[in-house]
Amino acid sequence: MTDLSAARWLFGSSLAFHILFAAVGVAMPLMMVLAEWRWRRTGAAQYLELAHRWAKGTALLFAVGAVSGTVISFELGLLWPRFMAFAGPIIGMPFSQEGFAFFAEAIFLGIYLYGWERVSPRLHLASGALVAISGALSAFFITLANAWMNHPAGFAVVLGQATGVDPVAAMFPPGWQHEVLHVLLSSYAAAGFAVAGVHAFFLRRDAGSAFHRAALAIALSVGGVAALLQPLSGDLSARQIAVTQPLKLAALEGHFVTGRGVPLHLGGLPDADAAVTRWSIDLPRGLSLLAFHDPGAEVKGLLDFPRDRWPDPLKVHLAFQAMVALGSAMAAVALIGLALAWRRRRVPTERWFLTAMAVSGPFGFLALEAGWLVTEWGRQPFTIWGVMRTADAVTPVGNLTVPLWGFGAVYVFLAAMVVTLLWRQMIPTAPAPAPGGEP
Amino acid sequence: MSAGDALGVAMVLALVAYVLFAGADFGGGIWDLLASGPRRAEQRELVERAIGPIWEANHVWLILVVVVLFTGFPVAFAAVSTTLFEPLTLLMFGIVLRGAAFTFRAYDRPEGPVRRRWGLIFSISSVVAPLLLGAVVGALASGRLRVGPDGMPAAGSGGWLTPFSVATGLFAAALFAFLAAVYLAVEASGALREDFRRRAIGAGVAVFAGALASAVLSWHQAPLVFAGLTGRAWSLPLHLATAAAAITAFAGLWRRRFRMARVAAAAQATLIVAGWAVSVYPYLVIPDVTIASAGAPPQTQRLLLGALGLGAVTLVPSLWLLFRVFKGGPARAE
Ligand code: HDD
Ligand code: HEM
Ligand code: HEM
Repeated sequence: MTDLSAARWLFGSSLAFHILFAAVGVAMPLMMVLAEWRWRRTGAAQYLELAHRWAKGTALLFAVGAVSGTVISFELGLLWPRFMAFAGPIIGMPFSQEGFAFFAEAIFLGIYLYGWERVSPRLHLASGALVAISGALSAFFITLANAWMNHPAGFAVVLGQATGVDPVAAMFPPGWQHEVLHVLLSSYAAAGFAVAGVHAFFLRRDAGSAFHRAALAIALSVGGVAALLQPLSGDLSARQIAVTQPLKLAALEGHFVTGRGVPLHLGGLPDADAAVTRWSIDLPRGLSLLAFHDPGAEVKGLLDFPRDRWPDPLKVHLAFQAMVALGSAMAAVALIGLALAWRRRRVPTERWFLTAMAVSGPFGFLALEAGWLVTEWGRQPFTIWGVMRTADAVTPVGNLTVPLWGFGAVYVFLAAMVVTLLWRQMIPTAPAPAPGGEP
Repeated sequence: MSAGDALGVAMVLALVAYVLFAGADFGGGIWDLLASGPRRAEQRELVERAIGPIWEANHVWLILVVVVLFTGFPVAFAAVSTTLFEPLTLLMFGIVLRGAAFTFRAYDRPEGPVRRRWGLIFSISSVVAPLLLGAVVGALASGRLRVGPDGMPAAGSGGWLTPFSVATGLFAAALFAFLAAVYLAVEASGALREDFRRRAIGAGVAVFAGALASAVLSWHQAPLVFAGLTGRAWSLPLHLATAAAAITAFAGLWRRRFRMARVAAAAQATLIVAGWAVSVYPYLVIPDVTIASAGAPPQTQRLLLGALGLGAVTLVPSLWLLFRVFKGGPARAE
């Protein structure tokens, strides 16, 4: 394995790992605060129980998110020092803002978790709300950095050096709104579906449990609404990249030949050498319609761009198809669930619905990973689109396979432990030790 | 003062905060490893209770240092990341395992063997991380790390592991353990408090030994630092102030004036970091990278300063609240 591919694997797996916890860190505090708020409004004990349990889960996941995020901040330099030396001054601003969001998140989570008996009820609820807000803010800021890599702005390159650096313009590159919206929604959809899926699973065994009903109600509201909005936001993203990153759009659609009124490939395997997408179901004019909302619009194909700038259309197309398929399924489940809840005026407990909910529980996180692969693979071979190639960003330090295996082992170990410990938290009869080893 | 210097000051302030707060959290882990005597279990419980609500917030100071470094001094970030690849990667393992094991211990089954296993990972990584941090700081000052103008390692760059960097590593670990023991003595009561009082005094002696060893070794192995520590106008007053803080901390411990000892120990640690910072100034990586040579464009540096100021406005009251809620009250009886 070359050092470049080791660096890519290490960085990619670190982010793929971190993003799971990050999404939870964005969405879970919201659900936990909603549960506490319901308890304070209604006095119903199951909401208090829920707030406690969700807070414990959040604490566990947050800690892993914090340490894995720290690894990434260092890896930016350890693996891509040339990228950082170039990009640091341009996109450092969102990172520094993110730092303060982390502070707020960690501080108020500390107060929330350990302060049940120490602070007033209002301050407690407010702390939870601040955790939720600062979690969303940290995702907001970091996504701005990613939006800049996709569409660099706020500087000019003269003789390989950045000049005329304008960090404010760099912070808000064209299309940032769409990416930020899509990423935030994806966090709520993914975490909401995962939580709803778990509680639906337990409700199938015990449909009367007030605890699981309360949990499903909140998780389905958060995850369901986000999952319904997600395809709309995805449409905005797709139309955005049709204009600003046409090469990426061509790759993720497996679209090779420029034309008007071009079809949409559903499924299929792009073959870069033969420049065709095989075995797909084609919807006539579909791509023109989706990308520009005009059935006759011209869509640029991969062949319009030099080959050495192509990402691998096979990987990107498959990841994109996976995201869209999962997202469509989630939207369907969300629609049914919310419609049932609306008609019955209570959380739906039909067995078939609970089954569908439990099965689609992991879909959000799968779609989230697939979506990030679309974005990151779709930007290749560039790390800063059009400006710096990934191969030129990598560190000259050798032997990168050693940390790759080391971190790989640590991530697998952490993931296994997190799953075990969460599982134990979720079974309501199991004794749940208090944080901090209190008696 | 240039924007670069001001950012340097901001970075030192963040580092001081990291040492005072997160350093003590690592120190707590060291005392978990070294827990002994009849109250071994109580010692560990106190450590766990003391750092539980705050360690994640304290940890963010390190992130802030990193972010300011790569935004404000990108070439220095590249230089540090490439020349110190090994210790920094190992440090990451330490930081990940420390935080994860600490949290897992609180949420795993409460049986003894399970807790002990997590406790071992937590405490060993709490020892390893400060050693590496101190060694990294020492290596940066040693003058052995050579880089080109782009921050990439240059021919003839030496290794990071030297007697001097070992000494600075031990120094950092001793300092963190000292801070933790002093803080814990404030929070404990009765016999437990005496345990940490004795530990604080022992660690204070170790801090002194670490400082002495680092200073002596710097004579040969980090001459620029040695010159900074000895030859400048402010050298003597600074050393006197540090010594006064150290003596006050000792006196406080001796006479069981624990709150006074806490203030003095924090002042001592602050002066140590500040003294180190002014003695390496204006270098970030001796001898090739300075605040000026590594600097980002001035508009970035100014904006970053503004952002840090703005952030501090929200951060300081929040931190104050956190520490008031969890550290404000008088020590509660066990
Ligand atoms: C719960 C997760 C989830 C779901 C259900 C969807 N997405 Fe997505 N998608 C993401 C999670 C995600 C993401 C992980 O959050 C990405 C990666 C970067 C980004 O902006 O969002 C992403 C990227 C992304 C991009 C690339 C943007 C870029 O590179 O700038 C497009 C075009 C879409 N999505 C489109 C869609 C469409 C049409 C969906 C219809 C169902 C959809 N996504 C569902
Ligand atoms: C889109 C991708 C990302 C999102 C949405 C995201 C979001 C978050 C969130 C919400 C947290 C809070 C902790 C948690 O909830 O577990 C967090 C932690 C963290 N993230 Fe990320 N992150 C992303 C990528 C990155 C990247 C690229 C970096 C590298 C600079 C990074 C660095 C960190 C750090 C250092 C922490 C720890 C903060 C602490 O100690 O509290 N993250 N991230
Ligand atoms: C906002 C957050 C993110 C930032 C700032 C970011 C930044 C980067 C950088 C600097 C690289 C290395 C250079 C390159 O290959 O272009 C990279 C590569 C990569 N990232 Fe991200 N990333 C982010 C989010 C994510 C997430 C959440 C994933 C999760 C799947 C991910 C997956 C990858 C992969 C797989 C690569 C390697 C790409 C390849 O070599 O094919 N990234 N990213």
